[in-house]
Amino acid sequence: MIRHLLSGADLDAATATQILDTAAEMATVAGREVKKLPALRGRTVVNLFYEDSTRTRISFEAAAKRLSADVINFSAKGSSVAKGESLKDTALTLQAMGADAVVVRHPASGAPHRLANWVDGSVVNAGDGTHEHPTQALLDAYTMRSRLGRIAGLHVAVVGDVLHSRVARSNVLLLSTLGAKVTLVGPPTLIPVDIPQALAPGTDVSYDLDTVLPGVDVVMMLRVQRERMNDSYFPSAREYARRYGLDGPRMRRLPEHAIVMHPGPMNRGMEITPEVADSPRSTIVEQVANGVSVRMAVLYLLLGGNNR
Amino acid sequence: MTAYLIKNVSVVGAAPTDLLIRDGVVAETGGGLTAPDATVLDATGLVALPGLVDLHTHLREPGREDAETVESGSRAAALGGYTAVCAMANTSPVADTAGVVEQVWRLGREAGLVDVQPIGAVTVGLAGERLAELGAMADSAARVRIFSDDGHCVADPMLMRRALEYVKAFDGVIAQHAEEPRLTEGAQMHEGEVSTRLGLTGWPAVAEEAIIARDVLLAEHVGSRLHICHVSTAGSVAVLRHAKARGVKVTAEVTPHHLLLTDEVVSGRSELASPALANNWSPAGPYDPVFKVNPPLRTASDVAALRAALAEGVIDIIATDHAPHALEDKECEWAYARPGMLGLETALSIALDVLGPQWDLIAERMSRAPARIAGLDGHGVDPAPGVPANLTLVDPAARRVVEPAELASRSRNTPYARMTLPGRIVATFLRGELTVLDGKAVK
Amino acid sequence: MAYPPAAHPSPPRQPSVKVILAAADVSRVVDRIAHQILEKTQGAADTVLLGIPTRGVPLAKRLAARISTFEDVTVPVGVLDITLYRDDLRRHATRAVGPTDLPSDGIDGKRVILVDDVLFSGRTVRAALDALSDVGRPASVQLAVLVDRGHRQLPIRADYVGKNIPTALAESVKVTLAETDGADEVKLYGGASA
Repeated sequence: MIRHLLSGADLDAATATQILDTAAEMATVAGREVKKLPALRGRTVVNLFYEDSTRTRISFEAAAKRLSADVINFSAKGSSVAKGESLKDTALTLQAMGADAVVVRHPASGAPHRLANWVDGSVVNAGDGTHEHPTQALLDAYTMRSRLGRIAGLHVAVVGDVLHSRVARSNVLLLSTLGAKVTLVGPPTLIPVDIPQALAPGTDVSYDLDTVLPGVDVVMMLRVQRERMNDSYFPSAREYARRYGLDGPRMRRLPEHAIVMHPGPMNRGMEITPEVADSPRSTIVEQVANGVSVRMAVLYLLLGGNNR
Repeated sequence: MTAYLIKNVSVVGAAPTDLLIRDGVVAETGGGLTAPDATVLDATGLVALPGLVDLHTHLREPGREDAETVESGSRAAALGGYTAVCAMANTSPVADTAGVVEQVWRLGREAGLVDVQPIGAVTVGLAGERLAELGAMADSAARVRIFSDDGHCVADPMLMRRALEYVKAFDGVIAQHAEEPRLTEGAQMHEGEVSTRLGLTGWPAVAEEAIIARDVLLAEHVGSRLHICHVSTAGSVAVLRHAKARGVKVTAEVTPHHLLLTDEVVSGRSELASPALANNWSPAGPYDPVFKVNPPLRTASDVAALRAALAEGVIDIIATDHAPHALEDKECEWAYARPGMLGLETALSIALDVLGPQWDLIAERMSRAPARIAGLDGHGVDPAPGVPANLTLVDPAARRVVEPAELASRSRNTPYARMTLPGRIVATFLRGELTVLDGKAVK
Repeated sequence: MAYPPAAHPSPPRQPSVKVILAAADVSRVVDRIAHQILEKTQGAADTVLLGIPTRGVPLAKRLAARISTFEDVTVPVGVLDITLYRDDLRRHATRAVGPTDLPSDGIDGKRVILVDDVLFSGRTVRAALDALSDVGRPASVQLAVLVDRGHRQLPIRADYVGKNIPTALAESVKVTLAETDGADEVKLYGGASA
């Protein structure tokens, strides 16, 4: 049984599948009058957020509360963190407060790994720098499975700023563990050439979105920050959108059954047009709902028993 | 002054003999020496080397005395077998004036454990904008001959050219920290598979190689001496080999850590160039900033190229880049940690692992050649009658486990914690006075 | 389990196994419970059977099938997973969560009969009652078990009991069913018969 969830690489196929199965049961709670389960009664979950991410924090908060855990939100703004307290001192504080789990979002890659050295409780990586965001990958996998019935054998295109994307890293790791094929698509400046060796050997790389689209079951659009053009990753937002943005005509090149995903928040008009984002193929709203179920499953898996 | 009679010592690997040290010099050598007034040291099984010379040490004083002082760094150096260290200029204030270099020089004399030779900054405040008063530092009591903005690259090619030319007047040398700044903005570790996996901004090998290529051409153009700090990539080795073949007056150093550790240790894997040392050792976990260093740890093939280049002489010397850091600057997130590692107390052990018991080669790479580059009289000379008694005694058969808390440095950021290393410094003499005995500092 | 060393030689302890109910007995007991349910519920009107995994689920299905055979009424059957309501979660590694599957008409206002294989401490039933109150509001709740072995730790009793088996605490009762284990049988393990 895993103690922390820091990386998509922490999950083998059996554990990942168990999380998705558990999430499916957790999802039924959302439809009940009493949206609460007693499994984590008396447990304390701390949301330690060094970056503003209201949607992720709320998702974890809802997940923990539906499992009856006590939730403490510890955000960088207006706290001792802003006054320059070190991560280690913060960790010792959380330790003294009896945190059973720390859900951490941090701008520095690897910060959750460091935190895990300093607290006894479980650490859940809610996004670290340009490294990983494993619960996002789990909710994406959950969404694919509920829309398409399976993950093994699916062909998934991940399109955009792979270089800076924690979502892409976790998805490549998890999807390959679960037997899907991933093709990374984007301008060469935003796709590390060694990503197949670094993450998953079967991963393909393409610089041409139009040739990839007809053969995929899922196309996952990554958020692309306009500021990247200041560092010459691409010449202009317009050129990026023309070459790698998903618009209506491109969407119609997809197979009939294919779905369009986006981890949010979207840059409408940049990587995705409103026509695509609001189409029936789009799973963007489902992804948000599935996020709560998947995070419930993760918290239950980590805290629901005596796993020390 | 106490006289010492060292019995049965192998001088730089030769057959055992005796050494009599008196009045600061090696008075006599040969079998069966006697000296009733001398303190006798039985050195059976030990090897005598000329005192080691480190061309690249950060002593942190003035400015960060919590991390290291001239005295604590000198003690660490003596324990590592060193009799001279060159103190880098990136202190606070920066060693860019005669006043600061003289202060460091004087502190070194007061500590009296090793000769501390200050290095002067190339540019004012290491800012890379205008030359510091290089001549004033050269003429000062500290007699500065090496100039470096280490920690920063002299990136402006015009400024680099002028610096190379200007120091010719007093036989100075520019020691370049080769790092193209635009190619390494925000860089956290070697750009490659591991940085991709860990999501850390890459420090590409080309950022080092491009500057070395430019600077050897500049040095050739103006006919000046150039020294390259902490060479870390196979590509840099190729550039240096080419430059040396053309007769460019370039020397280069490699650090012990670049000869042993690979970028995989950043991901928590115990991948070292030496399988023997990897035995029973592993990093505490991924993203441990004790492995953060600039230039970063590179790949196994880079390490192999550096080892070969050191043996071959394309790389002239081992220099430690001893970089002490306070605990709070390492016990934090990787991106916020300061780069640098301790090196003085472990360098000879790593050299033994890399070069084996080739004592003449070790003496060349760690003592004679660095002393020549730095222009340090009385250092880097093999023990022989009449030469200053700057030497160290090594027990090549000993093994030791590195315990950070036992190091003499004020800081604890050794990357070799709990690693079992070969060799041990038994004694060190500075001008005939013991600074280390039985592996312990005498003062 | 490590046993303390014997002070003097003694015959090796053989764990005793006793068959309490054979396959035919299990079938008869299920029939009897089905009859009792029909009797006590005026023909199983407005009644829902909820099996508690693992073996309560096939038992609930069998009861519904027998009731349908005897009286030609269809009793809705569902599954109530109680994992997340257990009071001993922290004593074990994390337990896998199973599906809860309620009949399409729900349980509000219905007479819910919880079905399990063995009634022992009562803690499972306590968890089931908590789970039940989170998924709906039944008019009443009853309990049917194949075996009641006693040693209650909570004020809980069964409305329908297939067989009462007086046991010692050191003994254990094991129910196997064809659907889950390949054969119907109830066995008593352990005890003092050294």
